[in-house]
Order: sequence, then C-alpha cells, then structure tokens
Amino acid sequence: MDGMTIIVKTIAGWVKILIFLFGVYIVLFGHLTPGGGFAGGVILASSYVLLMLAFGRRYAERNLPLPVASKLDCAGALLFALIAVFGLVIGSSFFVDFLYQQYLPGQAFHLVSAGTIPLYNIAIGLKVGASLFLVILSLSVWGKDTEPDMSAEEEEIT
Amino acid sequence: MVIFYALALFMIIAAIIAVETSDLLSSVICVGAIGFGGSLMFLFLRAPDIAITQIVVEVLGLIILIRATISRDLTSISGDREFFGVVVSMAIIGVIFLAGMQVLNSLPGFGTPIFSLLPNAASQTYVGQGLELTGAPNLVSGVILDFRAYDTLGEAAVLFTSIIGATVILRTKSRKKAKAGGSDEWTA
Repeated sequence: MDGMTIIVKTIAGWVKILIFLFGVYIVLFGHLTPGGGFAGGVILASSYVLLMLAFGRRYAERNLPLPVASKLDCAGALLFALIAVFGLVIGSSFFVDFLYQQYLPGQAFHLVSAGTIPLYNIAIGLKVGASLFLVILSLSVWGKDTEPDMSAEEEEIT
Repeated sequence: MVIFYALALFMIIAAIIAVETSDLLSSVICVGAIGFGGSLMFLFLRAPDIAITQIVVEVLGLIILIRATISRDLTSISGDREFFGVVVSMAIIGVIFLAGMQVLNSLPGFGTPIFSLLPNAASQTYVGQGLELTGAPNLVSGVILDFRAYDTLGEAAVLFTSIIGATVILRTKSRKKAKAGGSDEWTA
C-alpha cells in the first residue's frame, strides 16, 4: 500500500476539495479579483499533487488518467486560440473582445462582465492545470523508473 | 504587412529544409531559424517580452542543447585563429558593455514615476481607461488578456511546446520499459 498514513489520507481527502474549489474560484473571478488563469491553474494542479503525495501516484493517475490530462491540456490551448479566432471572424480583428463590445457588455464588478476575458481565463486555467499535473506525474514516473525495486512492484500491481 | 509575409515565407523554407536535410546539425540550425523568424514576428507585433522568451527558448536553448548533447561535429580552433577569436570576443564584449552603460544611464532614477516622463505612454491608457475599455476591474487581467493578448498567446504557446517536449523526453524511458516488461501504455 503506497501513500502516507491514514491521518494524512483523511485530511488530504477533505482539503483536496477545498483547494480545488479555491482554484475554480480564482479562475472564474480572474477578471474581478487578483488571480486569473495562470494562478488558478497552478492551484488546480496542486490539489491533484496533494492527492498524489498522500495516496500515491497510482491513485492520482486513476483519478485523472494521463491521456485525459493530455487531452484537457490540448483542449485548453485550442479553446484559447479558438476564442481569439472568433474575434477575427465575428469582430474586427484577432483577439478583439467582441462579446464586450457588441453582444454582452455586462455590468462592471459583476461575474458576467468583461466579455471574453473570463473565457480566456477558463481556457488558460484548464491548460496550465492539466499541463502542470502532466509534468509532475511524468517526473514522478521517471523517478520511479530509475529505481529497480519500485518497477518490480509496479509490474505486480498491473 | 509585407514583412510578415516575407517572414512567413522564410520560416516555411527553413521548415522544409529542416525536414529534408540529412545532416542533423543543419536541421537543428534550421529549426533555430524558424524560431528566430517567429521571434522577429512577435517583435514587429510589438510584443517584445514574448520575443525575448521565444529567442531564448527556441534559438539559444535549442542550439546549446544540441551542441552539448552531440559530441561529433565539434571543431576546435588553434594557432593564429584562436588569437583572432579571442580578440573578436573581447571587442564584442567591450561594445556590448559600453552600449549597456549608455542604456543604464538613460533609465530614470529609482522611485521616479515613469508616467511623468512619458505622458503619451501606452500604460497611461491601461491605467486610466482600462475598466472602461475592457470591462474588467482587475487591471492585470484586462492588460494580459485584452491589451497585450498576443503576449499571453505566445506564453501559452511556449508553455504548450515545453510541456510537449518534457512529456516526450520523459516518455522514451517509460516506453522502453513497457516494451521490455510488457506493462501498460499510459501515454496519450
């Protein structure tokens, strides 16, 4: 059984949800309060890193499989570029805030405001969170490969 | 607008050469040329920060990495040419030092508000009319995702490329093991 003791596991199970929610809040309110896509994405990834540290790499990988994380990473990058291209198609130029200027001006200091900026924040948060999780998990896989005892144990599990 | 088409043509030609050539070092230098064209493009789009990032990552990082990892194709200089090389290097360092001193002298003093020196600077608009123009009370978000969105696009592209590179490099070891041990393929 890999991972830490039952105390750490119990606390990590609760705290993980709070960290994840805090990351979602930072991403969604990026245009109103300090924070944004990059900071929120790092917090989202850190919730999964906590899971990995407490429960072991296998559990975190089952929770968010690497192919899924890789697809989320690509989806975030694609969403970011796609909204920018929509500015070119619908509005006047690349990266223009067409929602704010034409369709959905919203009200300042409200959640639905600032047009495309929250959408960009969501895309960046998705991208940064998934890619950081991917890199940390890849590094931990690489670290395990260099130890012969661990790899034998891994083959037993699979 | 012509300069962008010229740069795009240059990058496409470099990409074709990089794919078609048989020499590894030439191929890597062509990839560096693509990155150089991209950084020039960012510079003409007035995103100097991302141009610097691009040139550091793409040109310098790539070439230094290849020079460090490939032991062949290394040429050592000796004799008169070594003396010439040392003189040229010292001259270049001196020129860069003098130019750097000029730049540092022209900077405003510590704590001086730069707005008072540049009344028509772009940052004046960002601070003064940011909320009006973007609708975002968080000015940092308004700047990086509206006024300077090209910088953010470049940063996202650099991050995406480096993540792809990291996962590919780290994957080869695991794939070798998977082939030998017959365990599952976890990569996408």
